[in-house]
Amino acid sequence: MTKLIQTIVDGLGVGSTYALLALGISLIFGVMHLVNFAHGELITVGAYTSYFFFLHGGSWWWMPLAIIGSAVLASVATELIAFRWVRNSSPFTLLLTSFALERLSHAFWQIAVSPKQRAFPKPEWVFNQFKIASVSFEVMDVVTIVVTALTLVLTALIFKRTLFGISVRGAAEDFDAARLMGVRANRVISGAFAFAGFLAGVAATLILMRSPAAEPSMGADWLLKAVIAAVIGGLGSFSGAVVGGLVLGLLETLTRAYLPEVAVGWDKFSTAIVFVLIAIFFVVRPDGIFKVSHAERV
Amino acid sequence: MLEVDRITTRYGAITALHGASLEVRAGELVALVGPNGAGKTTLLNTVAGLLRPAAGSVRFDGRDITGSEPARLVRAGLALVPEHRRIFKDLTVEENLRLGGSTASVADRRVRLDEAAELFPVLRSKWTTSAGFLSGGEAQQLAVARALMSNPRLLLLDEPTLGLAPTMIDVVFDLLQRLREQGRTLLVVEQNATRILALADRGYLLRTGRVIATGTGPELAGDTGLFDSFIGGEA
Repeated sequence: MTKLIQTIVDGLGVGSTYALLALGISLIFGVMHLVNFAHGELITVGAYTSYFFFLHGGSWWWMPLAIIGSAVLASVATELIAFRWVRNSSPFTLLLTSFALERLSHAFWQIAVSPKQRAFPKPEWVFNQFKIASVSFEVMDVVTIVVTALTLVLTALIFKRTLFGISVRGAAEDFDAARLMGVRANRVISGAFAFAGFLAGVAATLILMRSPAAEPSMGADWLLKAVIAAVIGGLGSFSGAVVGGLVLGLLETLTRAYLPEVAVGWDKFSTAIVFVLIAIFFVVRPDGIFKVSHAERV
Repeated sequence: MLEVDRITTRYGAITALHGASLEVRAGELVALVGPNGAGKTTLLNTVAGLLRPAAGSVRFDGRDITGSEPARLVRAGLALVPEHRRIFKDLTVEENLRLGGSTASVADRRVRLDEAAELFPVLRSKWTTSAGFLSGGEAQQLAVARALMSNPRLLLLDEPTLGLAPTMIDVVFDLLQRLREQGRTLLVVEQNATRILALADRGYLLRTGRVIATGTGPELAGDTGLFDSFIGGEA
């Protein structure tokens, strides 16, 4: 029982980071029909920003602001510099553009800093543990879950209550109809990239507190998981992305914790088993969990 | 108020409009009729800025608006209720209306939301329902209400009765009549030609991308060529 609770808390911790990233991917997909493979690079930008500031006497008290700020700026800049020019091209062109950005980003950090990992200090309390009735929790897991929950509540409020949020949701459903309402295409897309950058910045902060190091290709693994989470939830569905992220995180930790130990190293297969489960899921439900279809009545 | 001067619009290699011209004066209800594929929707979409014409010009209030962004046109006072309504099914009725009023100030938006609730009692009872759950007639009323949120002086409507039950068609025609009484200028594309021409001040008959006849509603309705053009004969 203790093990189960700890595993679930672990899973929610990892899963909520996936959820934040998947939400950003789903958001961009919604307004642009682009699966942004450069989204993971925002984590890298945040990591090198922290590394740079720690070289010059940074502190974790304000580092989250620097990480989030750099991710927002980088996200808006990629849209302005790269995606805006190919916005009306085929989805394939958009996809290739995002691949190119991802590769460019890897090469840039290798040349500008170093191909090797650069570490910086972590907050001292990160791996502290505390106990509630014989179950011990890691402080960082709880911080991750709480911060994610608050971020998601804020996101929900923005998308439900503000005109910006309603515009993004409208544009995600039918971009031309949104333009007919007076929504400015450039503004809503820039805004979506800024918001996706904010979510990636929060995710990057949580990731970097746990493993405080910058590396040119560090975004790639996270990106893959986040894309899978977004697709599980149904690309373009915001609540789906969150559920997809949590499901993926839980699946990963549960398979790792509970795979039979009959043969040595079975747990090494946990990722493979997760992918097989996902493949089966897509055979059963190709559009993801949250694909809603509306029937129109006369 | 609106002058469309010899516009040509293409979809790739296909030319949908061949130098079509029409005019709408302030306070008029103008009908645009013609068979399927005549270019009626293309004409409205070109005026509203969704499509860019290859040639010709569109003037609104004397200003050249050819190829302007829809966002600018909405602010200038021109709104389109598009074909198939295209309401936002994932948004609630209220959210659809708020988005329709996205160009208005916060105070104006609030006033117009109240007006919409008054003008469309059906919508008021479904305020927080997802628009995807509305019936066809309700969805059409929402589409019109949403366009009215920007308080347009010129309202373009594309097939407002398409796919509606007969009683709902009556509701939509009543609505057109009421909008006209409010002093709005309307340009309406409608499949039900006889009925819209009876209501309209003037009409244009469009066929294969060209305006082939124009006149007052009754004139056009009595035109024998109109009937021919619908069954595909040479007009």
